Amino acid sequence: MRIAPASDSALLVSFGDSISLETHRRVVSLFRAVERLRDPRIRNLHPAYSSLLIDFDPLHLTHEQLESLVAPLILESLPSHLEAGGSIEIAVCYDREFAPDLATVAQHSLLTEEQVIATHSGGDYFVYFLGFSPGFAYLGGLASQLHVPRLVTPRKQVNAGSVGIGGAQTGIYPGSSPGGWQLIGRTPLRMFDALASPPSRLQPGDRVRFRRIDRGEFDRLTRQQERGR
Amino acid sequence: MIHLIKPGLLTTVQDLGRRGCAHFGLSPAGAADSVCFRIANLLAGNDSNAPALEITLLGPTLEFEVAATIAISGYGTSASLPINEAFEVAAGTTVAVGSLSAGARAYIAIRGGLVIPEVMHSCSTFLPAGIGGLQGRALRAGDELVIGKPTRLGFRKLSPALAASFRLHHGPIRVTSSLQSDWFDQETLVRFHQQAFTVTDQSNRSGLRLAGEPILRTNRGELLTEGVALGAVQVPPDGQPIVLFIDQQTTGGYPKIANVIAADLPRVGQLRPRDEIKFQSVKIPEAIELLRQQEHALREAFAS
Repeated sequence: MRIAPASDSALLVSFGDSISLETHRRVVSLFRAVERLRDPRIRNLHPAYSSLLIDFDPLHLTHEQLESLVAPLILESLPSHLEAGGSIEIAVCYDREFAPDLATVAQHSLLTEEQVIATHSGGDYFVYFLGFSPGFAYLGGLASQLHVPRLVTPRKQVNAGSVGIGGAQTGIYPGSSPGGWQLIGRTPLRMFDALASPPSRLQPGDRVRFRRIDRGEFDRLTRQQERGR
Repeated sequence: MIHLIKPGLLTTVQDLGRRGCAHFGLSPAGAADSVCFRIANLLAGNDSNAPALEITLLGPTLEFEVAATIAISGYGTSASLPINEAFEVAAGTTVAVGSLSAGARAYIAIRGGLVIPEVMHSCSTFLPAGIGGLQGRALRAGDELVIGKPTRLGFRKLSPALAASFRLHHGPIRVTSSLQSDWFDQETLVRFHQQAFTVTDQSNRSGLRLAGEPILRTNRGELLTEGVALGAVQVPPDGQPIVLFIDQQTTGGYPKIANVIAADLPRVGQLRPRDEIKFQSVKIPEAIELLRQQEHALREAFAS
């Protein structure tokens, strides 16, 4: 473990440089413990794969003071003590019109398209952290057969709700943005809504399952979301 | 009510930014130059965090349906309007801010602030995801802005001393070392703090892309994506540094050679494309002392 200043207003707590479930649990455990302090001098928390960046007000807190606030929380943060995060189900329609790269993924993984869908929707996933854009969750737990390289040329425009695979990761684009992941489906659910509380459907540490839906249900859920707004 | 006759180049509603949102992947946004922003609000008799307009290079033309008191803070505009002092605008008046004669940004605070719904406890506009401000976007011709109720704070004046010395500093931008500074060899680090970089026109509130003699690292390792601090100077493989700014991404995988000190972030907000900059290394205690002095000067500026 390493604690070091990232700037005059930020401290990075790092648990090594590998992606693992155990490290993830330590990060999430610390993230939640620091959040529970509700210390007004702490402005923002940036959890990632194996680290937590803490942004604070340097006029009212020093790096040393922050370190002594945080250090006891790290000792407590043994992976076995992690309380369960939320358990979230994401409805995904894998129909061809939403899955322009399903054939590529099938070809690459030596599976049929049906097997790709069954494997993807049958997995247990967890949220490492959110980054890249608001509400974009980096998910772990993708079956190794489905690890497929990113597109050589990223798309200029990926529709909101698109479900993709990029290397060992899978995730959902919360808004329309450029993107380089292989797209295999789409969710009708809104992943980020700045006016909701919390604004993001997924939180660091949540467990995620994908539920396969047909086009009829996709349309029904889309309408439901629009009414709820 | 204020009517937007011309929007200017990029005019947005800002305050001092969001907090507690980085773990949702959302950066703080807020005023690019928080010092000028606060001065504008204090001059207008507002709380320093009241929603106000940030203008970029070319300001808007505003028509005031009602009488108002406004303050423009910045480093000069082409219009013959008072700057860094509050002034009255009569009902029916049109105010054309013109182009900025120095710096990249200026602020227009209206006494009473602007009535803007808070999104995640802030009125600031985060353009990349269309959140906050006026419908999450820059202002357009035809937009209407509603003026809020004045606080009981009085108008303030800059102290004559500060008013006389209020100008943009062109000295080096001060940085502390950062988490991957040691991924660069000594010679490269020395050169990074000596050579001049040019701010390219691919710069915005998310980041300032610099151009100069490439800064290449010796460590060939891959960095695991980690949280990035405001003002981080990250170095992609092409060796052209990027200063991450208020609309930055919250995590990143490029090594960071340095980090702009908090006291100099407002100066970063004043950099224009084609400006030349240099970096100067300071230690963290000095960086915090500089921030303290800046806060002290701001308080003194209004001590009357």
